[in-house]
Amino acid sequence: MKAAVITFPGSNCDRDLFDAFAKAGDEVVKVWHKETELPAGIDVIGIPGGFSFGDYLRCGAIASRSPIGQAVVDFAQRGGYVLGVCNGFQVLTEMGLLPGALMRNAGLKFISKPVALTVTTTDSAFTSGYDKGQEILIPIAHAEGNYQIDAEGLKQLQGEDRVAFRYVENPNGATDDIAGVLSANRRVLGMMPHPERVVEPAQGGTDGAALFRALSSVMAAA
Amino acid sequence: MKARVHVMLKDGVLDPQGEAVRAALGHMGFSGVEAVRQGKVIELDLAATDTAAAEAEVKAMCEKLLANTVIEKYTVEIA
Repeated sequence: MKAAVITFPGSNCDRDLFDAFAKAGDEVVKVWHKETELPAGIDVIGIPGGFSFGDYLRCGAIASRSPIGQAVVDFAQRGGYVLGVCNGFQVLTEMGLLPGALMRNAGLKFISKPVALTVTTTDSAFTSGYDKGQEILIPIAHAEGNYQIDAEGLKQLQGEDRVAFRYVENPNGATDDIAGVLSANRRVLGMMPHPERVVEPAQGGTDGAALFRALSSVMAAA
Repeated sequence: MKARVHVMLKDGVLDPQGEAVRAALGHMGFSGVEAVRQGKVIELDLAATDTAAAEAEVKAMCEKLLANTVIEKYTVEIA
């Protein structure tokens, strides 16, 4: 499988995301935000965490309109797989590829700590390596992770089994304890917790590895 | 020509920052502040000379970038 990791000015988890894809056996290429096209043969795009464009205007807003942004939107609309972590999740909502918005944490503080998540659905290339209802420990590091969506949108997410992960203890005020959501075609995942930070024992945990392994094996089978 | 855009959270969207400001004002002795909503003002200097065209253009900017219409509303003033 061939993955592309996009780097914006202010991205700071791009190396970690790169390594997590590589560790799962994927070929990975880095793509700078000023590119207007993706390299040929990409199967999945990773949008990393960080503070793209200094969080100016709104988190993820400028990145989502950057030159590579349109290529990412086109890729997703053609049925490509996209994983957005933390700031990457914010970018995906700003692109309109995922519903809802990420707002300031209810407690206003930046929170950086491992949190327990429940795997809500295994029906996606990203989550098929977990068991439904499995509890996993993945770190969060954000000030704007408070997922908000209107009642109608929430009903749709729930009805279509598109909530990927929920917080066991809600750290940021997110609606319905939502930590990650899937697109309607289940090929775009945005999540605030950082699976790329727990893919090998030296990082203090390995609960994120199954996400990258599952994605890689689904691609290999396809 | 100048344009001024006001961006505010939509009614009903929780504003934790506004709420923190409201609480701080209360601690400082300003009583009776029942709610605070925080937004942004964006000023643009435009080369345009036609008011109607400028307003339409700025509204397009709001829809595409300046506001996130999932959670925010905006108003445009042309001067």
